[in-house]
Amino acid sequence: MTVHPVRSARSSRGRMGRPSTVLTIAMLACLGYFLLPLVWIAVASTKDNSDLFSSFGLWFADDFSLLANLRDVFTYDGAVYGRWLINTALYAVLTAGGGAFLMAAAGYAFAQYKFAGSKVLFGIVLGSFMIPSTALVIPTYLLFSQIGLVNTPLAVILPSLVSPFGIYLMRVYAEGAVPDSLIEAARVDGAGEFRIFWQVTLRLLAPGIVTVLLFSLVGVWNNYFLPLIMLNDPKWFPITVGLAQWQAKASGGGGAEALFSTVITGSMVSIIPLLAAFLFLQRYWVSGMSLGAVKG
Amino acid sequence: MNPSRVVTADTAVPVVASRERNRSVTRRHAIAAYGFIAPAMLVFVATLVVPLGYAAYVSLFRERLVGGTVFVGLGNYGEAVADPLFRAGVLRMALFLVIQVPIMLTIALVFALVLDSGRVRFGRFIRLGIFIPYAVPSIIAALMWGYLYGPDFGLFAQLARRVGLGTPRFLSEDWILASIANITTWEFVGYNMIILFAALRAVPSDRYEAAAVDGAGAIRTAWSVKIPAIRPALLLTVIFSVIGSFQLFNEPQVLWVLAPTAIGNGYTPNLYAFHLAFTNQQVNYSAAVSFLLGIVIVAVSYVVMLATNRSSRS
Repeated sequence: MTVHPVRSARSSRGRMGRPSTVLTIAMLACLGYFLLPLVWIAVASTKDNSDLFSSFGLWFADDFSLLANLRDVFTYDGAVYGRWLINTALYAVLTAGGGAFLMAAAGYAFAQYKFAGSKVLFGIVLGSFMIPSTALVIPTYLLFSQIGLVNTPLAVILPSLVSPFGIYLMRVYAEGAVPDSLIEAARVDGAGEFRIFWQVTLRLLAPGIVTVLLFSLVGVWNNYFLPLIMLNDPKWFPITVGLAQWQAKASGGGGAEALFSTVITGSMVSIIPLLAAFLFLQRYWVSGMSLGAVKG
Repeated sequence: MNPSRVVTADTAVPVVASRERNRSVTRRHAIAAYGFIAPAMLVFVATLVVPLGYAAYVSLFRERLVGGTVFVGLGNYGEAVADPLFRAGVLRMALFLVIQVPIMLTIALVFALVLDSGRVRFGRFIRLGIFIPYAVPSIIAALMWGYLYGPDFGLFAQLARRVGLGTPRFLSEDWILASIANITTWEFVGYNMIILFAALRAVPSDRYEAAAVDGAGAIRTAWSVKIPAIRPALLLTVIFSVIGSFQLFNEPQVLWVLAPTAIGNGYTPNLYAFHLAFTNQQVNYSAAVSFLLGIVIVAVSYVVMLATNRSSRS
């Protein structure tokens, strides 16, 4: 049931040709380009403000200032950075977790049941694929400010909760992963529809849910436009908005504060959680991508 | 999804009033289905449909210094279409789209094909490394590249001076669009590569074998077997990229501090709408600009889809 096209195709196919040294070197050179900014920021986070500008970018300076920088990051501006990290994690987990659950339920219903209006509803979902999310941000802000939702966590959680692509992915996944016979058996045993969903379906859908959850997690963690517009109190900022504000303060004209090392180290710290999540959960990425791509 | 399947199990049980039971079962299932769908649909309507309608409504009014808010019909749209800043922004994004998207997707496709061919050592490691920028928030990506681009202390300026070349002006008016395009390419090549790679992995192996029997080389196989086989995935990446390009906001917004003259208020349509709403307090006009941008995006995506479908048939 949970065999993905990716894995089955891979196992049945022999490798084409021998590894080529030229291709390998070419690809490693390309990889260098993608890792360059990350290597740079890792090195830069060990430098103080003057070394940042006087030493070579890809090598360490004489002083190793990482710990001092970290201390600055977590104490500057009334230690607001820690709060931003917690906000970001909270928004990401609540939005991705809640959204994945809602979309799993909806996707399962679209896959499993025949009901009046299902075609129309799903058509609306598909039709909204192309509505650009950022074009809706300012109108949503106007709407939320009418009902007093602006500058609250809900203002950034609600608009990211459900996505058409997520519902679509969950439907495609449910069609493949939930066998009708199993649902029938549970019905014969006298289980109600909601109990079946809770105890049977959710478990079968778990890999698909994790995929959707990861997409959404990255989306929320990296979101900038929405929180920038919805929030104006720094205590609610996610890390992206907070760092951009620090960056503007650091680069802004006139008597700018010497904030560069703090901004750089803060940026580096903020990408570590997601990088870790990526490395540990990569198989869900590949399987999820194939799901969307193959059936899309 | 198929009613007959739901019903067969019930009719298999010989019950006298089976038809009546079926009807009540179907109704019970429908109620459950609505129950499952309602929460997601409610959020969907509240955060997508209602704001869309609200934007359309608000965009039909205009605030006057004297006389408060008045209905102007499509007046804001007329103004936006004629607005040189909005037009310049849309055209700039169109240029960005025409140049950046093909470059990015070609690179992603080549990487996916090379990695899929199995002719590269450390394939898994390379794939992951190229994908990693996707996990970096675009704000941080723009911030890092901004430092690398810097004319005084940036890495490229350091290197160029060391080799004896002049200082590159990545943040100048002439180069800024290319510099932004580089950032988005860096961010999204890996993402698109993974989509295409996953699709390639799902292509049945017998098609490859048939091509191999015919004596087709690796490049020939890629061109005439693999690429046609992953058309849906390619289309998906094209559409996502089209939608993404027009919405450009984060990167220019972050770089603005470093290059305020090169990136003006209307550099991208989203920046312009943002500026209108929050600096100029022209809320109604901003809603019209947002809505119009949405229409442009949907229209362009639709045209792209039609064009690719037609070219696939011919």
